[in-house]
Amino acid sequence: MSYEIIGITVLWIFLYGYLIVASVDFGAGFFAYYAKITKKDHIINQLISRYLSPVWEVTNVFFVFFFVGIVGFFPDSAYYYGTSLLVPGSIAIILLAIRGSFYAFENYGSKKSNVYMFLYGATGLLIPASLSTALTMSEGGFILEENGVVSLDYLALFTSPYSWSVVFLAIVSVLFISAAFLTFYAARANDQAALKLVRKYALFWATPTIIAALTTFIALGQHNERHYQNMFDLWWMFGLSVGFFMIAMWLIYEGKRYGLAFISVMLQFFFAFFGYGASHLPYILDPYITIYENATHEATGIALIVVFILGLFLLIPSLILLMRLFLFNADYVKGKK
Amino acid sequence: MMDMDPVLVSRLLTSLTLVFHIIFATLGVGVPLMISIAEFIGIKKNDPHYSMLARRWTRGFVIPVAIGVVTGTAIGLQLSLLWPQFMQVAGNVISLPLFMEVFAFFFEAIFLGIYLYTWDRFKNPMTHWWFSLPIVIGGALSAVFITSVNAFMNTPEGFTTGAGGFAAINPIDAMFNPAMPSKVFHVLTSAYLTVAAILAAIAAFSMLRKKRTEYHKKALKLTVTLTFLFSILTAIAGDVSAKFLAEHQPEKLAAAEWHFETEEGADLVLFGWLGDENTPAGVLRFPGLLSFLAYGDFQSEVTGLEEFPEEERPPLWIHYMFDFMVVIGFFLLGVSLLYILSWKIKRWNEHNKWMLWLLVASGPLAMLAIEFGWIFAEEGRQPWILRGYMLVEDAATTSPYVGLMFLLFLGLYIVLGVLGVIVLRKLFKNNPAEEELEKKYPTIEKGDNT
Repeated sequence: MSYEIIGITVLWIFLYGYLIVASVDFGAGFFAYYAKITKKDHIINQLISRYLSPVWEVTNVFFVFFFVGIVGFFPDSAYYYGTSLLVPGSIAIILLAIRGSFYAFENYGSKKSNVYMFLYGATGLLIPASLSTALTMSEGGFILEENGVVSLDYLALFTSPYSWSVVFLAIVSVLFISAAFLTFYAARANDQAALKLVRKYALFWATPTIIAALTTFIALGQHNERHYQNMFDLWWMFGLSVGFFMIAMWLIYEGKRYGLAFISVMLQFFFAFFGYGASHLPYILDPYITIYENATHEATGIALIVVFILGLFLLIPSLILLMRLFLFNADYVKGKK
Repeated sequence: MMDMDPVLVSRLLTSLTLVFHIIFATLGVGVPLMISIAEFIGIKKNDPHYSMLARRWTRGFVIPVAIGVVTGTAIGLQLSLLWPQFMQVAGNVISLPLFMEVFAFFFEAIFLGIYLYTWDRFKNPMTHWWFSLPIVIGGALSAVFITSVNAFMNTPEGFTTGAGGFAAINPIDAMFNPAMPSKVFHVLTSAYLTVAAILAAIAAFSMLRKKRTEYHKKALKLTVTLTFLFSILTAIAGDVSAKFLAEHQPEKLAAAEWHFETEEGADLVLFGWLGDENTPAGVLRFPGLLSFLAYGDFQSEVTGLEEFPEEERPPLWIHYMFDFMVVIGFFLLGVSLLYILSWKIKRWNEHNKWMLWLLVASGPLAMLAIEFGWIFAEEGRQPWILRGYMLVEDAATTSPYVGLMFLLFLGLYIVLGVLGVIVLRKLFKNNPAEEELEKKYPTIEKGDNT
């Protein structure tokens, strides 16, 4: 396998990791706020904060990892995306900054104030919406290079049905993934009241998720024919994705094996995300950047991969330890520790 | 602001983010070491004062950590957004340490989460202490790797340039470029020094407000001792850095010292101003000391600015940045030494009002020295973003919206800074150490509340 393929696979795995852990975090923020305004915060907010407190910083690193990695493996993406994304990128940074710091201010500092809770809930939806537009732009047609000047066509972006369907998909997926996780976590904590509530959320957000996936698929067909055709060649990946979605829904509906249900949701998104990514190749930015023509020098690419493998030897045991202490430790989850 | 040159505004926005971020980055590197030391002493001496110190420092630490994380994310993305051409080159040659920095940070973040939420979870308190080490190491390694990238901007190595851009890249050579060792040494020691001084300032301030308890005295002894230790190491690191500059980046040292003509036995000049035709006036002059600083020999020859074309010289006002940094460094050394002397000499009272006020001042001054040092380091590299290869003006974004982004980020940093201070005050205001000690360790002897 070439180092370009290894590189993009590594990055995609981390972006997938971010998609899952950040969705749990973003969605939880929204649910916490929603619960507060519907006066149900006493039911689930304890549960949410017990999970989020030790891991919020880790969530952020997945994202940093991805964007540092993509500049490392595919330096030209820094040039094209960097130049065109100044405004949306800066807005995303500010949203992330507000969310991250306010989380800490609220959690360690003062009592839950309404402003914090609102911002925390709102950023939970706005961040995935703004980050997902980077994926939209990668399809081509929005970032233009004319006479050596790279710019972003805002009008095209804001009037594109594809662009909006991606935003919609991002938001509902976040809520669905988060609700599925919280269902598992509440069951783990044996907190029946919370379980009843978040299970309802999970069931509710499942339908919009699958509808949004379909509309996005159709909109992509109108926007990028090449990518659309490639997706048909990988039909089995999307088939598996739908299959796991159905398993997850059945388990949550039947009210059993919530852990397995969440793993099914993870697999549902794994196959959809990798099917999407694989059919996107070789382009990172259609038509300017491909993984072959715009990869970093081989020596750097190999050095990055070596470091990555060594890094995993440190990270995987540490992550397992973190999960054992806070995710799979029944006493902690139940709030006894 | 809106119609300004994108290059200038990009520089301003980058400076803004860095000036703000470096405060929290420095705390993020230094505080874990202090916490770890205090917790260790607390366990080994079985002294609840030190354990409480570690706990309270940790509690305060989470707020700057959060701001550090989000501003760190901001600068990470801003590098690509504001300096796309530079990052395109950097991606090819120097992405290795950048990538490793993320790993180090990842490692640190995981263990910070564990450390924060497992204080009373293990039977053996040493288990909890062990979890502090990955945070200390992760923080230090983050600093090492990111400093390596900055060093590369000063002394780029590990590649050859051909017709089609960069060729024959050696990422290891790029990472271990000539500027890296001295810079890393200086960054780490000064971060530990600054944090020790800030924690000492907090303890001294509490004592000035009539809380001269055993807890605060112990805190002060520990932190001032560490301030002294790290100020010696920082002075050595500064000396190493000057010798590096003389050898590899002479124009930076020459600009800092207003040293225009290459000569033997060069004088060191402090402060003053520049008169007609760049003649330094009103300066404090130390004969031959610049030669000594540069090569360890009062007679050696030091390269002057005249040897560099005018458009490749750094701005001359960095002289003041350099001087402020050095003077504060020696101030910290002097104050901490004075404290230790008055503590060891029985007739002297190390907790007198003046001593405490000097210690209070040393905290903010140390952080200012960090800012001055970084401004000196960055301005001293001008006009290059990649010394000898790429000019700052050729690397910036061409986007017309940078001015607007500057205002947005200015607003963000003001909000974060103000809220951070408010939250920190709330955390400690109604929760004095004495009460908390009694609650946590009911058997503790009451300190002498003099």
